[in-house]
Amino acid sequence: MIGEEEMNSTGKTFLTDYLLHLADDALILGHRNSEWCGHGPILEQDIALTNISLDLIGQARSLYQYAANILNESHPARNVSEDTLAYLRDNREFKNCLLVEMPNGDWAHTILRQFFFSTYQFFLYEKLVGSVNDTIAAISAKAIKEVTYHLRWSGEWVIRLGDGTDESKERLLKAFDMLWPFTGELFHMVEYEIVAADLGIGADLNLLRSKWDEKLKIVFQEAGILSIIENKIKPGSNWMQSGGKIGKHSEHLGFILAELQFMQRAYPNSEW
Amino acid sequence: MNILVRKYLYGDIPEDNSGGQPQSKNNGSNDWPLWEVFIRNKQGLDHKHVGSLHAADAQMAIENARDVYTRRMEGISIWVVESKYIHASNPDEADSMYDPANDKIYRHPTFYHLPDGLTHI
Amino acid sequence: MHEEKIFQDKLDREIKIEPQDWMPDAYRKTLIRQISQHAHSEIVGMLPEGNWITRAPSLKRKAALLAKVQDEAGHGLYLYAATETLGVTRESTIEDLNSGKAKYSSIFNYPTLTWADIGAIGWLVDGAAIMNQVMLCRTSYGPYARAMVRICKEESFHQRQGFEILLTLSRGTVAQKEMCQDAINRWWWPSLMMFGPKDDDSPHSKQSMDWKIKRKSNDELRQQFVDICAEQVKVLGMKIPDAELKWNEKKQHYDFGQIDWEEFWNVVKGNGPCNRDRLEARKKAHEDGDWVRKAAMAHAKKSKHKKQQTKVG
Repeated sequence: MIGEEEMNSTGKTFLTDYLLHLADDALILGHRNSEWCGHGPILEQDIALTNISLDLIGQARSLYQYAANILNESHPARNVSEDTLAYLRDNREFKNCLLVEMPNGDWAHTILRQFFFSTYQFFLYEKLVGSVNDTIAAISAKAIKEVTYHLRWSGEWVIRLGDGTDESKERLLKAFDMLWPFTGELFHMVEYEIVAADLGIGADLNLLRSKWDEKLKIVFQEAGILSIIENKIKPGSNWMQSGGKIGKHSEHLGFILAELQFMQRAYPNSEW
Repeated sequence: MNILVRKYLYGDIPEDNSGGQPQSKNNGSNDWPLWEVFIRNKQGLDHKHVGSLHAADAQMAIENARDVYTRRMEGISIWVVESKYIHASNPDEADSMYDPANDKIYRHPTFYHLPDGLTHI
Repeated sequence: MHEEKIFQDKLDREIKIEPQDWMPDAYRKTLIRQISQHAHSEIVGMLPEGNWITRAPSLKRKAALLAKVQDEAGHGLYLYAATETLGVTRESTIEDLNSGKAKYSSIFNYPTLTWADIGAIGWLVDGAAIMNQVMLCRTSYGPYARAMVRICKEESFHQRQGFEILLTLSRGTVAQKEMCQDAINRWWWPSLMMFGPKDDDSPHSKQSMDWKIKRKSNDELRQQFVDICAEQVKVLGMKIPDAELKWNEKKQHYDFGQIDWEEFWNVVKGNGPCNRDRLEARKKAHEDGDWVRKAAMAHAKKSKHKKQQTKVG
């Protein structure tokens, strides 16, 4: 819905793209986690995961709102809002990484997906707190508090599942096999990320990778699965999927959007 | 005239045979133990009992307490203790436990009459 | 006899009954049944609304609905904890629900078909529930009363968000207005049924009132509810689907039409449109969660053991 040319003419495409990427990551994972609400393994954890969903949706809203402001500045008539950005862009315009659109699977899948992502998000926001863009810095300062908890919570669950029963360990490793190929994309920088990083607005993801690896190592060690995992990920033997950040998604995203955007599509131009 | 108070909303739907008996069955080792939660809020001086929850271990109990009982920023400090370690006074001994304090009015600040001009005391 | 006198004396003086106090067996049983049904209602109640979390029409509505359904999980949790003070574990209480032995509020066996249903549930269903819950804040059993106080505090936003959803729809497009009226039409009568049968239909059970577990009769509460809604619906510019609804100057109350009691009893008995789906969803969540709960427990035991060993070593 937002013409490429129009955006280029503002000269700020990279910034809105970057914001949309960050927001889409948060929204889609928040949406996925929210599918658990009412179906969690025990009430306390149902509530905990919903808190994480709420945090992520909150982050997405702040980022969309900021992106909308920028877009409206150049074209006030267009009337972009957080909702038009979330509900009226199609599949190819979404810039979230593939990892967050992966189905919930069982609790182990959901936990591991969260752990991979929260670890990444933690080091990312840690950098973005120092962004030269004040709004991004402010949003990140709020978000990092939330993400610190997500990381702790998901990390502890990884340990519990790895060090729990034979079944839980097996399920965790299965989840690892499923999700690992989608982790490479987290650090694979696309154009708008490179520009953002060069300008001191975004983060250089190459610098985060080793911290991310280190954190995983500590947690997997405690979960008692480090050696198994190290065997699985011999360098060169793992093909990594990517494309989400530039709008080439898995088939899953289409179904997420069909549900997410149903109302806005079925009843256009309405207030809710 | 109070004739009938059979309420079917949220309770009191007649059931054949459920829920009636206190039971200790099923407290299998796989059930997460019960914990009592105490929270001190920003203004509060003391930790206050706010409720209970289930958790596999103390760390999880604290996090669950954070998620369950501070959703509206109610607290800044959390204590948890496994419910089985709570010892309660016996209500039958309430007389001997609490009544003696009843006449010790000197423990209460209003017992002391001080001049009106005196402040910060 | 002495104990029973103390118990009655406490009730008379509005002193709460606490877990360790002596209480008649029937009082305990009534409480366990009522509180656990209340807890189940909160938990099953997450499902019809939870349905719409992924389809909420705006990010603001999505976050509010998610927070609301989460609150219901919290309320279920507080209430299960209250039953545990009476000596039944949450696990066994949940087993009663999953096996179909225990009941929950029938209202949740109706389907949520459109977004407007989320508004109607907030306004009517939560509205009806709040009347009951406010009364229960003064219930005679301490842990139940305390749970209700907490719940009532948190509930206040639920009804408001529901009404606001309907208000927005009522000021919207033709399609939105129709959606709004349709939802009110479908939820109105089931909401009235939430208060239970008419007072004179089971004249032998005033025990709950005597024990001060409940403090107002079904019909009293129902009338109060009708009076409030009949006024509020005017703000929405919508209609309550009852041709007989009319202000009665003499009674200073609204008159209203007959409830379809046959439908009521059928839904209670399990013939509601969603009884089976709701129970299946709960059972599935519980069964799928089994290995997760076991894993956490196994890990907790292992780490405790490890710690002890390090201490010894």
